[in-house]
Amino acid sequence: MEFTNMNRQLLSKIATNDQHGENSPYFDGWKAYDKDPFHPTQNPNGVIQMGLAENQLSFDLIEGWIKKNPIASICTSEGVNKFMDIAIFQDYHGLPEFRNAIAKFMGRVRGGRVTYDPDRIVMSGGATGANELVMFCLADPGDAFLVPSPYYPAFARDLRWRTGVQLLPVICESSKYNFQITKAALEEEYEKAREANINVKGLIITNPSNPLGTTLDRDALKSLVSFVNEKKIHLVCDEIYAATVFSQPNFISISEIIEEMECDRNLFHIVYSLSKDMGLPGFRVGIVYSYNDDVVNCGRKMSSFGLVSTQTQHLLAAMLSDEEFVGRFLAESSKRLANRHQIFTKGLEQVGISCLKSNAGLFVWMDLRPLLKEATFEAEMVLWRVIINNVKLNVSPGSSFHCVEPGWFRVCFANMDDMTVDVALQRIRKFVRQGKEGEAPVKNKPWRKNLRLSFSSRIYDEAIMSPHMMSPHSPIPHSPVLVRART
Amino acid sequence: MLSRKAICDSHGQDSSYFNGWQEYENNPYDEVRNPTGIIQMGLAENQLSLDLVESWLASNPDVVGFKKNERSMFRELVLFQDYRGLPAFKNELVEFMAEIRGNKVKFDPNKLVLTAGSTSANETLMFCLAEPGEAFLLPTPYYPGFDRDLKWRTGVEIVPIHCSSWNHFKVTESALEEAYEQAQKLDLKVKGVLITNPSNPLGTTMSREELNHVISFAVDKEIHIVSDEIYSGTVFDSPSFISITEAAKNRNLENTDFWKHIHIVYSLSKDLGVPGFRVGMIYSNNETVIAAATKMSSFGLISSQTQYLLSNILADRKFTRNYMMENQKRLKKRQEMLVSGLENAGVWCLQSNAGLFCWVDMRELLESDTFEAEMELWKKILCEVGLNISPGSSFHCTEPGWFRVCFANMSKETLKLSMQRIKDFVDSIDQSKDNRNNLQFSVSNSRRRSLTKWVFQLSFFDREKDR
Repeated sequence: MEFTNMNRQLLSKIATNDQHGENSPYFDGWKAYDKDPFHPTQNPNGVIQMGLAENQLSFDLIEGWIKKNPIASICTSEGVNKFMDIAIFQDYHGLPEFRNAIAKFMGRVRGGRVTYDPDRIVMSGGATGANELVMFCLADPGDAFLVPSPYYPAFARDLRWRTGVQLLPVICESSKYNFQITKAALEEEYEKAREANINVKGLIITNPSNPLGTTLDRDALKSLVSFVNEKKIHLVCDEIYAATVFSQPNFISISEIIEEMECDRNLFHIVYSLSKDMGLPGFRVGIVYSYNDDVVNCGRKMSSFGLVSTQTQHLLAAMLSDEEFVGRFLAESSKRLANRHQIFTKGLEQVGISCLKSNAGLFVWMDLRPLLKEATFEAEMVLWRVIINNVKLNVSPGSSFHCVEPGWFRVCFANMDDMTVDVALQRIRKFVRQGKEGEAPVKNKPWRKNLRLSFSSRIYDEAIMSPHMMSPHSPIPHSPVLVRART
Repeated sequence: MLSRKAICDSHGQDSSYFNGWQEYENNPYDEVRNPTGIIQMGLAENQLSLDLVESWLASNPDVVGFKKNERSMFRELVLFQDYRGLPAFKNELVEFMAEIRGNKVKFDPNKLVLTAGSTSANETLMFCLAEPGEAFLLPTPYYPGFDRDLKWRTGVEIVPIHCSSWNHFKVTESALEEAYEQAQKLDLKVKGVLITNPSNPLGTTMSREELNHVISFAVDKEIHIVSDEIYSGTVFDSPSFISITEAAKNRNLENTDFWKHIHIVYSLSKDLGVPGFRVGMIYSNNETVIAAATKMSSFGLISSQTQYLLSNILADRKFTRNYMMENQKRLKKRQEMLVSGLENAGVWCLQSNAGLFCWVDMRELLESDTFEAEMELWKKILCEVGLNISPGSSFHCTEPGWFRVCFANMSKETLKLSMQRIKDFVDSIDQSKDNRNNLQFSVSNSRRRSLTKWVFQLSFFDREKDR
């Protein structure tokens, strides 16, 4: 966006810089989807959205519960008598029953191995708001947080934009460690920062990981705890995907580890949300859970800037207190995710595409290194644009996650129905086969045995380098009902 | 270990404004269970007309099952997290806002940014308009929450524009200039003026003259105007509400560069009485501000469930028109009850035509013309009389003795009881004064009260001219 001189002087730097990150090519794929969205009957050749980490597999269970429990809604005749009390309640502690229900739910998700104190539950505007809030509490402008890469692209906005905090990526490599974070890598990054006189305030991890879809094992978590404890820096654990674990190994929360280890509990903070586990991103339920009393107090005051609507608190308090429903939901959701993951990964395997072995999340970390012309990010971008424009799938390139190795792509599988998954797999199969047909004998190239591809230069030439344009954070503008009144 | 923001007290919550709430929490009045408890008169909430919304809901079951044209909205809603907001909701909001302004101005939904309450809207605007260390000028007295919302995480400073009772706390040209000079002395770059219109805590709408002073000043200094119009729908008496947009339009500023310096903050918390739902918004004519604020709204979007519910309520224009009329009627009646109840106790208020509170003059009840005396009086009223009212000092008022007293967050009976308590309290003060001094003093006291009454009657005539 062009800024007039007047704007530059008149507005803040924050308003006119691009630290919100939306100029990144990551959003070009969404733009392509916006312009040409797939629909099974109305637009069967459109772009399939595989860049959106949403859990759409189990909303029928939630809808069913709501229909059976009209009293939980303040709009039904059964529940409307609560309307006034709910509408005027703006205490930033939140409805007590909501806090209790969330604390219980978080415990259930961790198999009952930990209990959470409702008085430590602080609300926020989604995990987006929660992550920013935690930074405001823990760090001053110019301070830094270590973050293992690859990591969720929007951290650049959420953790840095208005807070002025720096992010220092800790490289996790695939070859030796399957992208797992190592103590050596942490130490190295920490020392580098110290030498550059950067004040490292903490480490932020996402467990289960976005984009990897893997969980950290006990030893890894323990070494993180001892690292931060030794350096006296904070550990923020974004556990937003905790209930999307669909196969072994089980999820281990940082809460379990700090119960087991000697450590300064004031250093530990959890960020959580219902957007992924329950598939309710529209409801904006973010939670900060801190073991540090000062952070709880300060965070609670800051939560005024992003409280959860009491209408939503009220509904969810009832839903999450229904223990039978919660048990059933968690089990069924997990099953459906496992099933979908298997269909998708098997389908990819059939055409020789492998993914990082994963047990959680709403996506796979797909290995397309063999398809790159060369092991560079330019080649990754070219391949990506081919996938968007020719194969018509919006997948997310690894570079947008700050991955240091070109060729990895995050592909979401839980935000569509079975039929669309089928269509996506068919397109991938066709794409891979087309590549095989144009194949010439290759020598001394590190292709995998069962996947030998080369692309006709025609396909590469056709890859359109579309201009970088800003795209919205999350587009569902094509819902006919929701846009009907748009001017 | 923690950030400076976490350790400092810029959140402002150690102020007496909030301490009173704490006392109330410890001993809240309840008609049956705790009839001698503290009555909450420090909370500017509108509870007078929620029954109307409730009965609308009872008669509109469609909203219930998320059904629309037999299609389930549920799935669409739970997934909807587009920071541009639900289009239907924004369309209804701009119509609603226009209605409140007598349709003298029209709003474009594309210039509206939804936020989690006006708390978030105000903070977001500061992030967009000013750097840490820069300043906004605010007329005093002002809402205590601004100290947190505008300054805490943004690092922006507030420099007060001092207003006083001699002219009923109106903003004057000289006060604006003085504030600007003060900022310069403090080496603070002024980025704008933030006005609350109708005013909290005064309960008055700004006159055209005042608005013109602010506009001329902002044009001259090339700074922003942020107009927090959160109480615009609570205007229950003349003079009618003049929005900043209307005032600027009348100055022919619509097609000038300055048009992009004007930003409005609004919310449904006061007008519709739904603070729990966290519905705030920014309206700006500046595309860069809209773009930046929209992205920032990611940190506090409105629950889609709530956007959907309210868009349906607001779409029923007949209902909203009726609601606004009835709400204003009830507010007027309630304000009159408070004013006459206080008058009966010999206590006077600033003449007001809006808001959920009165700005009450208790200067005569002070032991001395100091803020210490104001605090003493406040503690007495809080703990002995059992009324949580808000002392003027917490609103940065420059004159001791003024208190904000809310009237729309309780039943009629509770309000009557609070009036009785005040009367008893004032009578007891008079009694003890009489006992301490001779008759002469008490006569001069009642003379003083008559004088004050006369002054306020005069001021009433002054206001007539502003219509």
